[in-house]
Amino acid sequence: MTPSSGSSGTMTSMQRTLTSLGHQEPDRVPLLLLPVLQGARELGLSIEDYFAKPEQVAEGQLRLREKIGHDCLYTFYYAAIETEAWGGTAIFREDGPPNAGAPVIRRFEDIKHLTPPRVEDSPSLLKVLETTRRLAEQARGEVPIIGVVMSPFSLPVIQLGFEPYLVLMHEHPELFEHLMRLNEEFCVAWANAQVAAGANAICYFDPISSSTIVPRERFLATGFEIARRTLARFEAPAAMHFASGRIAPIVDDLPATGAALLGVSWQDDLSALKGACRGKVSLLGNLNGIAMRHWTPEQAEAEVKAAIAAAGPGGGFLLGDNHGEIPWQVPDAVLMAIAEAVERWGRYPLDWCRVE
Amino acid sequence: MLPRLMAGSGIWPGPARGPLDEAIQTMSSPSEELLQALLALNRVQAGELLMAARSQGSPLDVIETLVRPALEEIGRLWEEGDCALSQIYMSGRICEELVEELLGEARDIDFATPGEAGAATRAPRLAIAVLEDYHLLGKQIVRTVLRAAGHAVKDYGRQDVDGLVECVREDGIEILLVSTLMLPAALRVRVLVDRLREVSPHTRVVVGGAPYRFDEELWREVGADAVGSSAGEVLDILARLTGESA
Ligand code: B12
Repeated sequence: MTPSSGSSGTMTSMQRTLTSLGHQEPDRVPLLLLPVLQGARELGLSIEDYFAKPEQVAEGQLRLREKIGHDCLYTFYYAAIETEAWGGTAIFREDGPPNAGAPVIRRFEDIKHLTPPRVEDSPSLLKVLETTRRLAEQARGEVPIIGVVMSPFSLPVIQLGFEPYLVLMHEHPELFEHLMRLNEEFCVAWANAQVAAGANAICYFDPISSSTIVPRERFLATGFEIARRTLARFEAPAAMHFASGRIAPIVDDLPATGAALLGVSWQDDLSALKGACRGKVSLLGNLNGIAMRHWTPEQAEAEVKAAIAAAGPGGGFLLGDNHGEIPWQVPDAVLMAIAEAVERWGRYPLDWCRVE
Repeated sequence: MLPRLMAGSGIWPGPARGPLDEAIQTMSSPSEELLQALLALNRVQAGELLMAARSQGSPLDVIETLVRPALEEIGRLWEEGDCALSQIYMSGRICEELVEELLGEARDIDFATPGEAGAATRAPRLAIAVLEDYHLLGKQIVRTVLRAAGHAVKDYGRQDVDGLVECVREDGIEILLVSTLMLPAALRVRVLVDRLREVSPHTRVVVGGAPYRFDEELWREVGADAVGSSAGEVLDILARLTGESA
């Protein structure tokens, strides 16, 4: 493939993305579509077999970009890959992403004796690094490669289970704080290993910080500080992604985390978020991936237009889904229709949606 | 954080349903106070409010006029983005504990003795399960709301389609509540419903969980009888399904 394939604009995907992240208008709205499992379908493999070999995941990403023409390559495997590194398992299924198996932390007391895994000791994480290296070789700096980490504040849901984690967070502040410090060390090492392998940006998944999961006061005392400390140590720009959780109540607090980009939900009002973020932090979103499953091409076009109209003018906006991963059940035709709609309606200047 | 409440606009959208509901509409009503105590996760204050109400009425009254409206309102606030899941979960735990204390007994899940407050007169045989999903929190929260509102509910834990159909058939379940978090699991409800139609045609299926909140048509597509977009809605749904005016 050629790095700029699929985009008929005057800029490479990298230039387009960086321009928008700099709050300027590029040639068109960057399309940060994030297909993941679809790579298995491209290669005719089961999801489990696909993720078994890093070269397959790299090949899947390249083929998907060739087909759809979006503006990035994505090295995400699945969230539970991090708990694999901590000694846990992932349970695969044929029609969707794998989920974390039994919690690796079974009693709160265990937190005291926990040590974070080393990236180089985890065969799972090493696969992701190999995929990253292969993609970086192909992209030659012209297509952004996006790596992924779970935030130290969100990872415990799969380290402990959600209920125990809520109890830990509310009732055992010292152990909670200790776990955060361990997770921060792991998260920073994991992010920077991906950067060293060629990732240009890190997507920091932190839905527990979203207002869907914790109220603002708790976020400010926890997820906010954790993000600030953690992102400051990343050797690449970070997108803080809420996996479709809402952020309206905390949007004014988020630029201070140091994130360059926020992954935002279809459940929030995109133009209101844009108003709060203009010139400060860029937005990524906010197409509803679950509803996408039965979109017609016309609907896809209408949704793309609406998102661009709400957040496109002035740059600082990258179009994508609102969760950071397109569900397996979404037909490829919908993804192609989205890409076509961006070609058609995403060209700057966006004269058609200027406010008179 | 709670603009509607702060504005003193009353906690009940829609028409009032009776004198008690009217009473609850005012800012300083006990239910409103309980709501605020729960959102602040203030267990002590919540307990005091329940004790005070208990001195004036039966446990059933306390649940119906105090606990239920507060839990339902928390669910509504969450749907609108005005409170967080951590508050739903922690306040549900507080309510469940307090109601257990209030009833003076750890109520076992037993259809024969649904408990003093168990709407015993026409309590439907009720069960809840997670279908082919490893995420149990949604189910736990719904179960907590049910128990805090005095309902007896069988908990089947995590099940696959075959196992769940068998449980429902064996126990003669009338209303089955199904929680899923992953989209493939939500879609599997279609298979479950088709199987139940053959084996236990009178069983009603109520679904809930994130995929149904992101696709409003999904519950119909999978053939469910009802959907709840927050745990608090389950009480209203049950009332509707059992023909009681909500
Ligand atoms: C926090 C979060 C995470 C966290 C923690 C996840 C976890 N619980 O284990 C992290 C970052 C780890 C994560 C990871 C993943 N996530 Co996630 N995550 C979320 C988020 C933001 C909240 C999920 C949650 O647990 N909520 C709490 C539960 C209790 O909420 P709920 O199910 O909505 O339940 C409420 C109501 O719906 C109702 N209810 C629930 N059941 C029932 C039943 C009845 C009968 C009734 C009446 C009501 C009712 O009551 C509850 C309280 O009111 C959602 C998006 C969102 N905005 O909701 C995505 C979401 C659940 N994630 C999703 C996915 C795919 C994943 C991953 C598989 C991604 C991947 N490829 O690895 C992993 C899986 C992790 C694992 N277990 O291995 C998808 C699932 C749908 C899909 N596309 O298949 C979602 C919906 C995002 C999306 N919009 O697509 N995630």
